[in-house]
Amino acid sequence: MQNSGLLLDLTLASDPQLLCVVRAAIERLTEVTGFSPPECRSITRAVDEAVANVMRHAYANGPDKRIDVSCKRTSGMVNGIHREGLEIQLLDQGLPFDKNKLTARSLDEVKPGGLGLHFIRDSMDVMEHSRENGVNRLRLVKYFSADGTGQKSQGE
Amino acid sequence: MQIAARRLDQVTIFDITGHIDLANSPELRKILLKELKETKTPRVILNLTGVRYIDSSGVASLVEGLKAARDQNLRFILYGLSPSAREVLQLSRLIKIFEVFDNEQQALA
Repeated sequence: MQNSGLLLDLTLASDPQLLCVVRAAIERLTEVTGFSPPECRSITRAVDEAVANVMRHAYANGPDKRIDVSCKRTSGMVNGIHREGLEIQLLDQGLPFDKNKLTARSLDEVKPGGLGLHFIRDSMDVMEHSRENGVNRLRLVKYFSADGTGQKSQGE
Repeated sequence: MQIAARRLDQVTIFDITGHIDLANSPELRKILLKELKETKTPRVILNLTGVRYIDSSGVASLVEGLKAARDQNLRFILYGLSPSAREVLQLSRLIKIFEVFDNEQQALA
C-alpha cells in the first residue's frame, strides 16, 4: 500500500442515497491521514459536491451508473516548497464536462444553485478535469499545511 | 433526513435531523415552499440542531425558502447551526442574508 500510495478505492452507483457513504469514508480517511477537523470537513464537502455533480450532470440523475473514487498519498511543489498531500480521483463515463458550467457563480448573487464548484475550489489546492476515451477524470489534491501540523506518518 | 413540524400560534417550527444533501433536499424544498406559499405561516423556523451536514443543494433549498418568505412578507429563521452547516453558509456568503439564532428561545422572541 505504501508503494502505490493507494489508501482507498471505492466504486459506487450514481444514486444520491449513497452520498452519505462516500462522505463517511472520506471523513474517516482524512481523519486518519492527519488533517485537522476543519480540513476534514472541507475535503469531505469537496468530494461530496464533486460526486453529486457527476450524478446530476454527467449521468443526468440516472441512479445506476458507475462512479469510481480513489484516494492516494501524493506530493508536489507548492510555491517552491515540497508538500505531502492527499489526491482524490473521480472517474465516470457520463456526458463530457460542460465547460460553460465549470465557472463558479458570483457569490454576490443571492440565488439557489451553482455553489458546488465554489465549495470544491475553496477546499482543494488542485482541481483538474480531463476526458479520455469517454471517461471523465476529476483530480483533486489537498496538501498538508506547510508545517505538517497534524500529519501522521504512513506507519500510523 | 427527518422533518417534524410543530405548529404554534402564527409560527411553524421544523425540527430537522440528519444530513441534507442531493438525496433529500428536493423534499425539504417542497415542504418549505408549501408552508410559505400555501399555508403562509407568518414565521417559519428551522431547527437545525440535529443537522450535521448541508450540501450545496440543501443551501439552495434554504435560499428558495428565504426568497419565498420575502415574496410573502413572512419571516424565515434558522437556529442551531452545526459547525459544518455554519461553514457552508459562510463559504457561500449567504449567512448574512438569513436570520440566524443560537437557540429556539431567541428564534421565537
